[in-house]
This record gives sequence, C-alpha cells and structure tokens, in this order.
Amino acid sequence: MAEMIPVKERTRREQVPMPEQDPRQRIHNFREVPLGYTREQAIYEAQRCLQCKRPKCKEGCPAEINIPQFIQKIVEEDFAAAYFEILKTDNLPAITGRVCPQEEQCQKYCILEKQKKPIAIGRLERFVADWARENDIHGELPAVTPQRQKVAVVGSGPAGLTCAADLAKLGYQVDLFEALHRAGGVLVYGIPEFRLPKTIVEYEIKEIERLGVKVITDFVVGATLSVDRLAQDYDAIFLANGAGAPHFMNIPGENLNEVYSANEFLTRSNLMKAYAFPEYDTPIKIGKKAATIGAGNVAMDSARTALRLGAEKSYIVYRRSRQEVPAREEEVHHAEEEGIIFHFLTLPIKILGDDQGKVVGMECLKMELGEPDESGRRRPIPIPGSNFSLEVDMVIDAIGTSANPIVARSATGVETNQWGYFVVEEETKATSRTGIFAGGDIIRGSATVISAVGDGKVAARAIEEFLSSGKSLRRR
Amino acid sequence: MYQIVQKEKLHEIIYSMWIEAPQVAQSVQPGQFIILMVKEKGERIPLTVADFDREKGLIRIVFQIVGKTTEELSTLEEGDRLFSFIGPLGRKSEIEHYGTVVTVGGGTGIACIHPISRALKEAGNKVISIIGARTKELIIMEEELREASSYLWITTDDGSYGRQGFVTQVLKELLEQDKTIKKVWSIGPAIMMRVTCETTRPYAVDTLVSLNSVMVDGTGMCGSCRVTMGGETKFVCTDGPEFDGQLVDWIEFMHRLSRYQEAEKRSWDLYHELNHPCTCGRRTN
Ligand SMILES: Cc1cc2nc3c(=O)[nH]c(=O)nc-3n(C[C@H](O)[C@H](O)[C@H](O)COP(=O)(O)OP(=O)(O)OC[C@H]3O[C@@H](n4cnc5c(N)ncnc54)[C@H](O)[C@@H]3O)c2cc1C
Ligand SMILES: Cc1cc2nc3c(=O)[nH]c(=O)nc-3n(C[C@H](O)[C@H](O)[C@H](O)COP(=O)(O)OP(=O)(O)OC[C@H]3O[C@@H](n4cnc5c(N)ncnc54)[C@H](O)[C@@H]3O)c2cc1C
Ligand code: SF4
Ligand code: SF4
Ligand code: FES
Repeated sequence: MAEMIPVKERTRREQVPMPEQDPRQRIHNFREVPLGYTREQAIYEAQRCLQCKRPKCKEGCPAEINIPQFIQKIVEEDFAAAYFEILKTDNLPAITGRVCPQEEQCQKYCILEKQKKPIAIGRLERFVADWARENDIHGELPAVTPQRQKVAVVGSGPAGLTCAADLAKLGYQVDLFEALHRAGGVLVYGIPEFRLPKTIVEYEIKEIERLGVKVITDFVVGATLSVDRLAQDYDAIFLANGAGAPHFMNIPGENLNEVYSANEFLTRSNLMKAYAFPEYDTPIKIGKKAATIGAGNVAMDSARTALRLGAEKSYIVYRRSRQEVPAREEEVHHAEEEGIIFHFLTLPIKILGDDQGKVVGMECLKMELGEPDESGRRRPIPIPGSNFSLEVDMVIDAIGTSANPIVARSATGVETNQWGYFVVEEETKATSRTGIFAGGDIIRGSATVISAVGDGKVAARAIEEFLSSGKSLRRR
Repeated sequence: MYQIVQKEKLHEIIYSMWIEAPQVAQSVQPGQFIILMVKEKGERIPLTVADFDREKGLIRIVFQIVGKTTEELSTLEEGDRLFSFIGPLGRKSEIEHYGTVVTVGGGTGIACIHPISRALKEAGNKVISIIGARTKELIIMEEELREASSYLWITTDDGSYGRQGFVTQVLKELLEQDKTIKKVWSIGPAIMMRVTCETTRPYAVDTLVSLNSVMVDGTGMCGSCRVTMGGETKFVCTDGPEFDGQLVDWIEFMHRLSRYQEAEKRSWDLYHELNHPCTCGRRTN
C-alpha cells in the first residue's frame, strides 16, 4: 500500500499531466493520443485526493461513481477493488474515463477545482479500467434473482448499454437491438480510434454481455419490426436510438462528390475502417485541402481524421470566434497541436465544383459578432461584400444532427416534440405510453456520453419499479 | 443466420441466391432492399429484394458482378453464411389498383421489378413488363416475369433475342397505342432510367425509378445516398429508393455514383492479384 500523505503535501502537489503521443508522430497514425497514467503516476495523483467527508465530486457524476472510495483503493494499490467499486454503478469505465467531459462534470465539483488543480478523476478511472482489462480482472457476476419479465432496449449507444446492463444486474432478461452490424453507437461509428480504441469498446460490451444481455445486431427497429410489434413480446421498452440524422447547410454545391456529412466521413473511417483500406473494403476519399464546417467535438474529430488520412491541410471553418467554440478545450488544444488551421468568423455560402461534380473551392463570407442571442453567445453577423473563396477540394459538414424518425414512426402513442425527440418525464424517463421509456440523445439532441449513461441508469430504475409493481406492456 | 440456402448462376456475371433471414422475410414489401456484408472486413452493399418466402423465412437476391464485393459474394456456396444482412430498408412501392401499368427492367433491374410487377398484378392491374439487356444470355428471370405480369416484352441491344433495340423503344410504342397507361416503373442502369423518363415525359405518365446510389448504413444516418429531387435534397435509403423520375437531378446522381471509382478499381485489382496469381493477368512474376 502506498503511503497516506499529509494534507498539506496533498494540496501542494500539482495535477499529474497526461503523457501523450507526440503530435508530429500521431498525425500519421490512428493510435490513441493520450497514453494513460503509469501505475506510479496514478498512485501519485490518487494520493492528492482529500477524501472529503462530503465529497462534492460525486454530485457531478451521472454514473453515480463513489469517487473518493475508488481513489482510496488506488492509494492502497488495490486496483481490483478500485475497479469493482467503479463497476458497481458505471458499466463503461474505460470509455467514460476517456471521453466524459470531466472538466464539466465531476472535476468541476472537486473541492480542489478552486485552486485550479482538481483531481484527474477521469484519468484515474481510465487507469483502473485499463489495468483490470490488461490483468484479466472481471467484475463478479451479481447474485441475482432471475426475473421472468423481458425488456427490449433499442439502440446500443451508451444509454442503451447502461440501461441494459443495470437491468441485467437486477435479473431481467434484456434484448438489446442495434441497427448496425456492430454494437456501441457513436462510440464505434463516430468517435475516432485515436480518442477511443474500438477494442476497448468491444471489450466493455462483452463484459455487459457477460451479465446476460443479449445483443441483437442487424436489427432496424421500425423496419425489421416496429416498436408496436416489440410491445407485444416485451414487458417494457427503453428507446435509446440516438440522434443520428445529419444536418446539411442547404447551400449550393452541397451534393458535390467530395462533400461529406461528418457522420458519413466518420462512419466510413471508424465503423468500416476505411483508414485501413484496402485491407478493409470500404473506401474513403481524401482531398489535399479539407474544410470541416463547425467547431464542436464532431468537427475536431473530422478535421483530425482528415489529417491522419493524408490531407495536407485541414481547416476548421466556424462562423463564430475562438471564444464560442463548443468543443472540449482538450480537443481544440489537440487539434491545434496537430496543425489544424482555424478559420474563425467565416460562413460558407457556396461550395464550388467543376463539371465532373468535383469540389474546387468554397465561397465564404466574413462575419462579425453582434449582440448576444438566445444561447447567450454573441450572434455572428455577415459583413456585406466580404466574400472570398477558400481553396479546398473536400468539405465535411459537422454542423449537427437531429432525430431520425424511423423508430418514432413505428411507436403508436409515444409523443415526440417539434424536433422529433421523445417527450419524457424527467425523473423516470417515461414516455407518454405506459411501459415505454426513452433516454440519451433521442430525448434532447446531441449531448454527451455521460448524460446518456445517466439517462440509462434513471430509466433502468424506473423500469424496475414499473415491472416489480406487476405492470407490463404486454396485453395478455 | 444468413445462410445461403440456394445459389444459381443465371449468367457468367449474374447470380441468384436465397438467403435465410426470417425477420426480414416477415416484414419485407415489394420495392424494398437489404444491405449485406460478405465478411467482417467487407463493405456494406445494398441489393433489392428480388423475391421472398415468408413461410420459409427466405429472401432472394439477384446481383451482377461489378466490383470486389459482388465478385466475392459470387464465390460463396450453398451452406455458407453472410456476415451481416439487414432489412427490409427503404419505402415499399405504392401498390394500388391503377388500371394499366408498365414495368421496365434492365440488367439486374429485371430482378428488382419482379416483386413489384407481381404485387401490381395481384392488386388487379394489367401489368405490361418490358425487360431488356445487351444480349440474350443477360435476359434473366424470364419465366418468373412472364408469370408476374399480364404481358411480357423482351428486347436485346443486339437482336439475339426478342425485339432488337432498347426497352424504351417498346415503351414509346406502348405509350402511343395505349392512352390508358397510368404509371410506369423503371429499374435498371441510371442511363436507362433517365431515358425512360425522357420517353414518358411527353405523355405525362407518372414514372417511378428506383435509385441505386452509393450507401453506407441505409437507415438515414450518413447522407451518402443523397440526391436532389426537384431542388430538394432527399435520402434514397429512407425517402426512396423509388422516386418520381421526372424530378431527379440525373447529372448529379450519375456524378455521385462515380465517387469511389478509383478506390474501387484499386480494391478490385488487388483482389484479382491475390486470387488469380497466374501470368495471364497484369502480374508477370
Ligand atoms: C464524432 C462524435 C464525437 C463525440 N465526442 C464526444 C466526447 O468526446 N464526449 C462525449 O461525452 N460525447 C461525445 N459525443 C456525443 C456522444 O457520443 C453522444 O451524446 C452519445 O453517444 C449519445 O448516446 P446514445 O446512447 O443516446 O446514442 P448513440 O450513441 O447515438 O447510439 C444510438 C444507437 O442506436 C442505434 N439505432 C438508431 N436507430 C435504430 C433503430 N431504428 N433500430 C435499432 N437501433 C437503432 C444506432 O445505430 C446507435 O448504435 C460525440 C459524438 C460524435 C458524433
Ligand atoms: C437500393 C439499391 C438496390 C440495389 N439493388 C441491386 C440489385 O438488386 N442487384 C445488383 O446487382 N445491384 C444492385 N444495386 C447496386 C449494388 O449495390 C452495387 O452493384 C454494389 O454495391 C457494388 O459493389 P462492388 O464492391 O461489387 O463494386 P464496386 O467496385 O464497389 O462498385 C462498382 C459500382 O457499383 C456502385 N456502388 C459501389 N458501392 C456502392 C454502394 N455501397 N451502394 C450502392 N452502389 C455502390 C458504384 O456506382 C460503382 O461504380 C443496388 C443499389 C442500391 C442503392
Ligand atoms: S463517469 Fe465521468 S463524471 Fe463520472 S467520475 Fe467518471 S469522468 Fe467523472
Ligand atoms: S471533491 Fe476532489 S478531493 Fe474531495 S473527494 Fe472528491 S475528488 Fe477527492
Ligand atoms: S445510406 Fe446513409 S443515409 Fe442513406
């Protein structure tokens, strides 16, 4: 067991920085950028935790992890115990430890945040999960009383996986339906390998299958079978089909050959592994100068992927300024390190093509910031006559996604709002149809992995309550 | 799952397979398609449902070898399994009682109009089918089509079978003679569908085409399949695959079909190098 160090020493220490792959190297490969803490680094960082009596950090974790408890186990060098502690509530620790926006969640609430050096909770979580995987340590299968009721979960992103795992831990039979040929949702088709290795996602899904969850891929709910049809065979349903329909700008030239939605670009690269073409059969087309429109996480991922696939220049084109960039600071920093070129206050108005349908440029307008809008950010206003053209030969639209109506259309009596998202009761995630619950991006639009996980947990609890009181969707 | 229960070679480069896929067979309707993967490292390719047997839980596909994936698919035998098979995707054809209708099929499009023709006939329509190909051997499913429609016309470009010429020549004559034709379905190569639309335009007869754009997911998630339809962007996989042919921006559609030509050729060449290592091809070592 590592030494318990005095409080004064704890607060004097700085946060242990994350070792990373050199930017000059990493732009030529798809390997993970942050390398993870070593054992020594993890212990050193864990020792900083003040083990607060009333730990504020926990309030910021929708996965309900007992943070000081698992950190204490790291100090004690009992990594297996740390892992079991996390697994009690978080079924995807290697994933949340990597992609959760910790600075907005647990770490924001950490008492040490005031001194600008919160405990690196996510990194510690990642360390523990990676250690367990590498040492073949598996969570104990919970002793459950098998229940006879069956639950269908639609969509295998973080919301669906979490709800399915929590219900399986309670003894319910869970069938998890996924439209694609591989489970994981955005974790496998969207977030690139260099931020979240797919073997890790596969591993954590396998662990959830060990709990008894049956994963059924190649099954498009609403096409293969309707929600109404599933409702005849299951006692409850959780809808977690994400917000996967891509937006386009609706400007001229957007259907030219080298214009991608971020979803198509990332799906080809991640899910279909086009970065390993021709070993994998799915192709992807890369220009010399790639422009990604938008500045969220998805845009950063797209621009960085384009660079790794061989683009000589990779631009981010954003209509607001650096200050309003919605992506995680860490991702913007990584992008800058890698040489992504940012065009702020720039609005594309037309994509230019030749007579073969090829992209040859993009016409843009310069913007200036006006009064704040509803979102509180200063509204970008075009400067008349400021048109200029940017020389690019490929464009990636990363301006957002919305609800795909395919599931909702097949679910009678499940209310949606004007954007097509399911309307739910906040505390239970119950939809307007008794026995059907919904969570994740499909109730609020594109958000975060951790909010999806949180919804999955809330819904699992509500479904358990629903079922244990003897209710069921099935008409008998 | 996804076992190939029957395989038939219809021509040197055209194959028919019955695949075990009970869930898909239960829900499929004429006009819909599936997406399959031959193997884990494979590509997802869309193919129209050429026939189905709900009771036995089977789906029939008919495909032509045009590149690596279709060639690899053709090497599978009865008893082999596909890695993935998803469907039914897309909207079903609008089958109603219209009166007299014409269904036009070219190449593997012949297989695609088969279930549509049959459903139209079952709905009480007089169904005139026109099927065409370059040459006699490429005319597939003749018997099935004869069964599925009220009249069957056959054309070949070289005159080796049926009428000599293009399907659209027969179509034009029919439109001239029979003013009761209410609707035309046309499925085949892009150029054939486009010419069909030009043929029917002067007669103002509704013409539906089934677009074969390049797809990835087939569920509305990626936008790879998008086309411009009367100035508006539509997704073929969820809004189609059938559309009013008069509204299609054919030039853009054909450009988008060629998006991956270079990569596809590389993939195909490599496949042939690895699987055909004799000296008759490009390789000389
Ligand atoms: C490129 C990218 C990067 C991101 N980076 C981050 C990040 O760093 N940190 C972070 O916290 N968040 C990030 N996000 C957001 C985060 O990934 C999502 O908020 C989260 O995945 C939503 O989870 P979900 O379970 O609601 O849905 P999803 O992950 O979208 O999963 C939904 C699943 O349902 C399936 N499905 C859809 N329709 C059907 C149907 N009809 N039948 C069966 N299955 C269906 C889909 O195929 C999919 O697998 C990122 C998103 C993207 C796109
Ligand atoms: C809705 C739909 C239904 C179809 N039905 C049939 C059918 O019943 N029978 C049949 O033989 N073919 C059908 N096709 C076309 C078939 O999908 C392509 O021939 C196949 O994808 C080619 O793959 P490949 O690797 O063998 O050839 P590749 O070398 O990949 O490509 C050869 C040509 O096929 C087209 N193509 C390539 N990738 C795709 C893709 N992912 N989606 C669509 N087209 C692509 C391209 O235009 C290309 O020029 C259909 C396509 C669609 C969209
Ligand atoms: S899951 Fe996210 S919020 Fe919870 S402890 Fe881990 S990093 Fe923090
Ligand atoms: S608030 Fe910070 S210091 Fe306190 S227990 Fe949580 S992580 Fe440790
Ligand atoms: S194939 Fe992806 S949206 Fe149509």
